[in-house]
Amino acid sequence: MIPPAFDYAAPTSLSDALALLSQNPEAKVLAGGHSLIPALKFRMASPALLVDINKVAGLAYLREAGGWLAIGAMTREADLDRSALVREKYPLLADTARMIADPLVRNLATIGGNLAHADPANDHPATMLAYRAEVTAQGPAGARTIPIADFFTGPFTTSLAANEILTEIRLPARRAGDGGCYLKIERKVGDYATAAVAVQINVNAAGVCTSAGLALTNLGLTAIRCAAAEAALVGQPLDEAAIKAAAQRAAQAAEPVSDYRGSEAYKRSLVTTLTVRALRTALERARR
Amino acid sequence: MSTHHIKLTLNGETKEADVPARLLLVHLIREVFNLTGTHIGCDTTSCGACTVILNGRPVKACTVLAVQADGAAVQTVEGLAQGGQLHPIQEGFHQCHGLQCGFCTPGMLLTSAAFLAEHPNPSDDEIRWAISGNLCRCTGYMNIVKAVQYAAEKMRAASAQPAAAD
Amino acid sequence: MPEINGFGHSMKRKEDARFLQGKGNYIDDFKLPGMLWLDIVRSPYAHARIKSIDTSQAAKVPGVLGFITGRDLEKYNLHWMPTLAGDKQMVLPIDTVKYQSQEVVAVIATDRYTAADGVAAVTVDYEPLPVVVDPHKALQPDTIKVRDDKDSNRIWHWEVGDREGTAAAFAQAATIVREKIYIPRIHVASIETCGCLADWDGVNKRLTFYVTSQAPHVYRTVLALVAGHVGLSEENIRVVSPDIGGGFGGKVPVYPGYVLAVAASVLLGKPVKWIEDRSENLAADSFARDYHINAELAADQAGRIVAMRMDTVADHGYSDAQASPSKFPAGLFHIATGSYDFQKAYMQVDGVYTNKPPGGVAYRCSFRVTEAVHAIERMVDILAHERGEDPAEFRLRNFIKPEQFPYMSALGWEYDSGNYHQALRVAMDMIGYADLRREQAEKRARGELMGIGISSFTEIVGAGPAHQFDIIGLKMFDSCELRVHPTGKAIARFGTKSQGQGHETTYAQIIANELGIPAEHVKIEEGDTDTAPYGLGTYASRSTPTAGAAAAVAARKLRDKARKIAAHLLECAEDDLEWDKDRFFVKGAPGKAKTIQELVFAAYTNHPSDLEGGFETVHYYNPPNLTYPFGSYICVVDIDRGTGQVQTRRFVAVDDCGTRINPMIVEGQIHGGLTQGFAPAMMEEMQYDENGNLYGGTFMDYMVPTAVESPKWEVGETVTPSPHHPFGAKGVGESPTVGAPPAFANAVVDALWHLGVRHVDIPITAPKVWELLKQHGAALEE
Repeated sequence: MIPPAFDYAAPTSLSDALALLSQNPEAKVLAGGHSLIPALKFRMASPALLVDINKVAGLAYLREAGGWLAIGAMTREADLDRSALVREKYPLLADTARMIADPLVRNLATIGGNLAHADPANDHPATMLAYRAEVTAQGPAGARTIPIADFFTGPFTTSLAANEILTEIRLPARRAGDGGCYLKIERKVGDYATAAVAVQINVNAAGVCTSAGLALTNLGLTAIRCAAAEAALVGQPLDEAAIKAAAQRAAQAAEPVSDYRGSEAYKRSLVTTLTVRALRTALERARR
Repeated sequence: MSTHHIKLTLNGETKEADVPARLLLVHLIREVFNLTGTHIGCDTTSCGACTVILNGRPVKACTVLAVQADGAAVQTVEGLAQGGQLHPIQEGFHQCHGLQCGFCTPGMLLTSAAFLAEHPNPSDDEIRWAISGNLCRCTGYMNIVKAVQYAAEKMRAASAQPAAAD
Repeated sequence: MPEINGFGHSMKRKEDARFLQGKGNYIDDFKLPGMLWLDIVRSPYAHARIKSIDTSQAAKVPGVLGFITGRDLEKYNLHWMPTLAGDKQMVLPIDTVKYQSQEVVAVIATDRYTAADGVAAVTVDYEPLPVVVDPHKALQPDTIKVRDDKDSNRIWHWEVGDREGTAAAFAQAATIVREKIYIPRIHVASIETCGCLADWDGVNKRLTFYVTSQAPHVYRTVLALVAGHVGLSEENIRVVSPDIGGGFGGKVPVYPGYVLAVAASVLLGKPVKWIEDRSENLAADSFARDYHINAELAADQAGRIVAMRMDTVADHGYSDAQASPSKFPAGLFHIATGSYDFQKAYMQVDGVYTNKPPGGVAYRCSFRVTEAVHAIERMVDILAHERGEDPAEFRLRNFIKPEQFPYMSALGWEYDSGNYHQALRVAMDMIGYADLRREQAEKRARGELMGIGISSFTEIVGAGPAHQFDIIGLKMFDSCELRVHPTGKAIARFGTKSQGQGHETTYAQIIANELGIPAEHVKIEEGDTDTAPYGLGTYASRSTPTAGAAAAVAARKLRDKARKIAAHLLECAEDDLEWDKDRFFVKGAPGKAKTIQELVFAAYTNHPSDLEGGFETVHYYNPPNLTYPFGSYICVVDIDRGTGQVQTRRFVAVDDCGTRINPMIVEGQIHGGLTQGFAPAMMEEMQYDENGNLYGGTFMDYMVPTAVESPKWEVGETVTPSPHHPFGAKGVGESPTVGAPPAFANAVVDALWHLGVRHVDIPITAPKVWELLKQHGAALEE
């Protein structure tokens, strides 16, 4: 499988990269390349120009500041996976990074690419919805912040303009009582989710849920945030009854279709099961 | 289509080439530099037969453009043995019968070598997880896991030895 | 002098050095001066009329040099080719495509990138036609006819056994179980795809054809048969099969791309390379299995099996392109009476055409043995459960007893040797069977689902005796040519071709064992038809039973010659000499001895005047019977009631393949075969929708297991030598692939039987299990 011909540029500054995008409406940004290059090989994409941002300095980092964990968009999945900070304080993110594709792919694939590609089967979108993350888009006119809830506009489409680059993802810094979990059913390592659930909760000393984020992967045209399920948790003591009520609502929010990974009914049932199990784990982690 | 002059280190040796933008790294290695130990098994970044070590990390060379390797250090299976001495991972695969047809072997070796560099004392399950981006159709993976453990032990023993005086 | 390393030595493999250092020589590693590339335009439709082919845009792509269409081939009568099963298939279509991904146009260009651009620029206008993908529908009278050159979609009807006697036994039986069992279409999915490099020398009229072939000699003959009329004469065809990156049966058939590369090389006078990509490999290369089996098994009051009946539909796609021996259209499927002692059996099989790619190959399977073993092992388990019996006890009661060998099966096979009771008991001991049954009962009381599955298979490998076995008329013997050089070092060449089995080591050990030359000093060569003796190749676990036997016999012939030389040198009668490992000595005087090295040297320097000089021989071994490896596997699974996921907790495999030449290699074969049994049991399947579109055409959707999914195998052994093989060996490579799937299926059904589940078809995926749980009220909605 051979890609079609295209031009290539590897700017070393963000401004040069943005300028190239503005000048070439048929350009595509090349980040980790692990969605784009396979698409090129299958000739499902034929950009005139690839703007490789791997040589732009300063786009890969993890830092806590101002109440946020800020993640450079070019941070590799493998670096999320091996980060002690992520493992200790952001278990939902750690779980997610570890379940993306396979270990070799994770060495190049980036969190920014996973979000900007907006494949409904990608794992980070649900996780970022659960975290209530926000992202920074850099364009010719400067930077703007996009709440993650406004980012995904459809399958493979986002609110990024063609001449904008996603540069940073921010999620709320860990507070006491935070706990999260990502559970994914896949047929084998490297597969997209049959169904996956991202949950991020906060429980206070009394065991009452003070905030909840719950979202689903590959169960609709985009990642789905389950607002009703979240509402069923907030303000409630996080007991089995609350967990099950939330899981029922999550299953109602799912929009699965039958395919080779399973029937619509199976996938909906998985949402219930995974939500319950993910919430139990998140609760355990929140109490640590 | 743009062409690009690139310069990289391949198994420690400086190499230069003029490459069209779309040339895949795996084809640069195999067809321009004639190192055919790096194989091609799929088109979907699934099998890992094309694994090389790019700047210290194993990646699938079928999903990297040659031009992206400009300025990079690339290691292939041909660069594993040093001074006529097999790398412990190569020795492990031989001793433990970790290969049959040999087609996935270069990728398995490189993935395992990079993994052991960071995880000197892995469990069997950690090894299985680490090589889960490399498909083998012959061995059932049992002896590959043993081979990686063999190499791990050998590398631990070597690093425990005081450095030889020279 | 190095160790001799005969039988039983886990000698490290001689072939490893090159594979470990990137010096393997696979087909895509070949590069010849002036080499061109061939790429193929394929049909998106499973059945369509070709209205037009437009290559004008593609011709404008710089570096695109030419095209081949069916019309071009038709001029030379090369648009059809024979299959190894005696059917035929298109090389390229004239006006109609019959399956998705069928080859339509070949594009030849200067390099692989340009060839791909050329393929992308070719426009083919199709008129889609109705398709038939279900073989049962294909057998109905008013259906779409797949083949224009045939009267119906029924390729053949084949039956064996005693129909009336079997019916009578069923009429009197106390318990009868019936089940529909589907063995789905799967793919060998070797990590190396198929490919070739055709190099036509127009001056000397000679073709060198480098190709990923498990049967290079057969390829040479097929090429001569296909293209003899246009000047490809067999003495001028050299087939070279280099290192192969996995074969498993997929590199036995001749594919249209091979013929196209040869045609392109002849037309353009340049070497032409064609390497499939993964999608082409999965979508168009020969598949395996695809058997729809209606099975029935009957027992008497005492729980003894009395009769078996099977009615089967075999889906071959658009052509019967399997590589089965010509007398056996359903392969050796009638080994389906398995390891059990009963005398009434009958089966019928219908081969059917559908609008799917042609096949099917014997994927790590001696011609439909996987299908047979799955059917009988599932049915035996169902029968045991139906009677409320422990499936192990039921098997132990019904096994053929050790003293009954050689045993004539109800369907006509003479089993050479076996001890089935012992193999199962060893497996039960290894896994702690009784404890597991206790644990299962406790878990079941708590609502947890755990299953224990047994498979006690009998294999049939080593095709085969010349009176029964041929492929396109070529008798299925195999060969060894053994030459020992004056210094006592040897080269041996074979008609087989290793794809990872370790022939360079194993064959050397056979010769070492028989002739006393250290295995390290025996060089093994295969795969070059100019130098290797004729043989039918490596598949169906036949290398050790046939070519391995040939090696032993060849070595023994030379040992006989060595005896004559020893008698001459030691000035004694031949009868006074005795052989010990690597030397002849005079009986009663061990000091008076000549080593094999001394005797070989004398063959060149000081041989008796009445003896030919030199130390060489060739042997073509015609096996007197097949060999019948067997084993018992036990699998333990735990099922997640919430997700339907099945976790393999343990899997014990006790194999008996007779004498083990290199135990390390045998164990490696078993590990790999088990994973290739696990894969179709739990993960892999090629699925087609009603329009004949494939799902599973990339490694993203065709579920080859990684190290994470693949279970951890525990292996054991028993040794029951074959009485007719020169050193008692049987084949082993495919036993685990054949034996493992029913162990998984039996374990899952064992976990669910109390809920009312009787059967589940493989692959046993999580959604399938969940649907069963749901149907039977056992799904856990958290």
